[in-house]
Amino acid sequence: MGIDLTALWAFIIAFGIFAYVVMDGFDLGIGILFPSFAAGEERDQAMNSIAPVWDGNETWLVLGGGGLFAAFPLAYAIILPATYPLIIAMLLGLIFRGVAFEFRSRDPRHRTFWEMAFSGGSLVAALAQGMVLGAILQGIEVENRAYAGSWWDWLTPYTLLTGLGVAAGYALLGATWLVWKTEGGAQAHAYRLAFRATFATLALLLAVSLYTPLLAAQYWRRWFAMPGVLFAAQVPLLTAILAGLLLWGLRRRWQAGPFFLALGIFLLGTVGLGISIWPFVVPNELTIWDAAAPMRSQLFMLVGVGLTMPLILAYTGWAYWVFRGKVGTEGYH
Amino acid sequence: MFDNADALMLARIQFAFTVSFHFIFPALSIGLASYLAVLEGLWLKTGRQLYLDLFRYWLKIFAVAFAMGVVSGIVMSYQFGTNWAVFSDKAGPVIGPLLAYEVLTAFFLEAGFLGVMLFGLERVGRKLHFIATLMVAGGTAVSAFWILSVNSWMQTPAGYEMGANGQFLPGPSWIDIIFTASFPYRLVHTVIAAYLSTAFIVGAVGAWHLLKDRANPHARTMFSMAMWMAAIVAPIQIFAGDLHGLNTLEHQPAKVMAMEGHYRSHPEGAPFIVLGIPDSEARRVAFSLEIPKASSLILKHDPNAPLAGLDTVPEQDQPPVGPVFWAFRVMIGIGFAMMGLGLWSLAARWRGRLYDWRWLHRAAIVMGPSGLVAVIAGWMVTEIGRQPFTIYGLLRTAGAASPLDAPAVGASLLAFVVVYFAVFGIGTWYILRLMHAAPKLHELGVRRGETGPIRTAGITPGPARHVGGHASPPAITGEG
Repeated sequence: MGIDLTALWAFIIAFGIFAYVVMDGFDLGIGILFPSFAAGEERDQAMNSIAPVWDGNETWLVLGGGGLFAAFPLAYAIILPATYPLIIAMLLGLIFRGVAFEFRSRDPRHRTFWEMAFSGGSLVAALAQGMVLGAILQGIEVENRAYAGSWWDWLTPYTLLTGLGVAAGYALLGATWLVWKTEGGAQAHAYRLAFRATFATLALLLAVSLYTPLLAAQYWRRWFAMPGVLFAAQVPLLTAILAGLLLWGLRRRWQAGPFFLALGIFLLGTVGLGISIWPFVVPNELTIWDAAAPMRSQLFMLVGVGLTMPLILAYTGWAYWVFRGKVGTEGYH
Repeated sequence: MFDNADALMLARIQFAFTVSFHFIFPALSIGLASYLAVLEGLWLKTGRQLYLDLFRYWLKIFAVAFAMGVVSGIVMSYQFGTNWAVFSDKAGPVIGPLLAYEVLTAFFLEAGFLGVMLFGLERVGRKLHFIATLMVAGGTAVSAFWILSVNSWMQTPAGYEMGANGQFLPGPSWIDIIFTASFPYRLVHTVIAAYLSTAFIVGAVGAWHLLKDRANPHARTMFSMAMWMAAIVAPIQIFAGDLHGLNTLEHQPAKVMAMEGHYRSHPEGAPFIVLGIPDSEARRVAFSLEIPKASSLILKHDPNAPLAGLDTVPEQDQPPVGPVFWAFRVMIGIGFAMMGLGLWSLAARWRGRLYDWRWLHRAAIVMGPSGLVAVIAGWMVTEIGRQPFTIYGLLRTAGAASPLDAPAVGASLLAFVVVYFAVFGIGTWYILRLMHAAPKLHELGVRRGETGPIRTAGITPGPARHVGGHASPPAITGEG
């Protein structure tokens, strides 16, 4: 067979992770920013703007985890124990975040508590996801098809930086989403937040980009050796252009534009990650081919993805379309 | 490096705890989603406001239960990797694709249409909304299909090849992997259990409101529908359970020996031990109340058929008897009690007193949570009864766990216990409060939050009309 199924699967998983990061990213970002909105109507608008879609968005995380398990079982079996406390923290954060959508309105006496749970859960999940990313990039100790480090190896200055970077990026997505979906005082506040989040995201993105090549010679070569640099250099260049456009759009009070520019910055970040890590799934230990499931498994799933993914994208798009437009303050009458 | 035994036991407790808690919610979502589809279908067909009211009443409860199912379910999809890494590495090529299919064909379907189902009636109109409800209900059922296929493969593995690196690899046919020997029985038994559990909850809520007001038409409809389910489906479930048991006897005899408490073989017909205290030290059931030869009659359809006991199984391959024995009795006890309630309701119906017999209503309230208890007991039977294996006969549980230190597993277990009891405890309380409020005419739907005591709002209620009248459903405004 001419096609490299394993490489194809690496791209599918990368697509799933990217879809998760941008879709649940803005949900989590709204959670992170939530306490800065005025209690009452502004927070209702923020919550209303994601209530019908958050569950679908979170499903991409299950696809990312399930897909990794299915297509690259060995990577799944090594990365999860290596980042154990982070994964548990993320799951617990997502529990608080997820139930808050329903619980928040069940009892006015509990409202403040569930709003804080929504926000705290979102922040913990975002930080944990960013730190998992950092932990993979900085390398994982492997022996005998198993994780061989201790259960605190993931905690380094680098992972703290990636954690903050992802949280800031999510905040940017959340703020620009709210710019698009809200109006009045909530929107004015969202514009202010989007400005700050843009600067925070760019600063942390820059810091991570400078730090990463210092971690391993492979990363250094990828980014700075000729002739690859000619291709790789396009990524930061495009990022700078999009960021400038984003700031300009925010100043000009664009409605939907800032959100899509923020998505573009995330896409470039993902491409940057791909440049660093390809073709490894655990740097210097495990390539995608080492970790791959056999062809029969990958082929069987490819059929499933091919048949269902167009449908999933279609009805997900439809669900977004149904709830298009500004959320308003009092629901839909 | 670390204490294997402690970390292993903690990991097992953690999985048992998180999966038991989790499964309560899907059992409820599977049943409620279908019930909601039936209610909405009846509303569309008959135009009776009553069905729309009931739909909205249960939709609010469904929303809370579904949210808890989603968040506790995500934990499960990562537990394989965090706590059972060796199992994940070895079995991933075979069961990973099945789980991926579950995500692709079920989770996205449920989640994608849930928003429209909860909030979209006014935006998309009745027909499309009904389709969204059907998609959510269908998604829950498809999800059950795949996850039970995975579980069945682990119970009765087939269709695999062994790789040189110790991995289980898929053989030429995925059909053999998906449809293993125990799968059809497990699927039928589990899905019926979900429907029956939900019916008993609906029945209990109906009975609760009948006790307060026996003329309440909504309570009457709920109670009547639930009691039909109890009368018709409980006997079917007992029959399906019996078939599942016979299938288990064929493929996992040691599990049945533990269920029966048969430490020793009975060459001339085995008794059914109704009650007793299994004593694994002495290898006998103390204080046992037995029906002679009944076990052989049930399992072999011949009172004198010989039946092997655990003395024929090597000690290192035996499951623990106590929990399996007890959980089995809880499950079948509840099953027969459910059938009894169904028969009682038939008698009441026959006499035209279904809404008048107070003791029937009280019994239905007591039986409300029984289905969920039976479901958990049933899972304990099948999962503990499979021990000491994770993949039956092939991979031992002791050899499947992640290389984790005991403190890591212990700390995360503690965190799960605290968070689950707090969060899902409060969630259950919210559900009980929703159930406590009487269903009424022009029941309010689920709404995205406005600032108010309870997140509900009516959809342009039409002029008051009598329940059961022939008027068409209230007009639903489209956009805007």
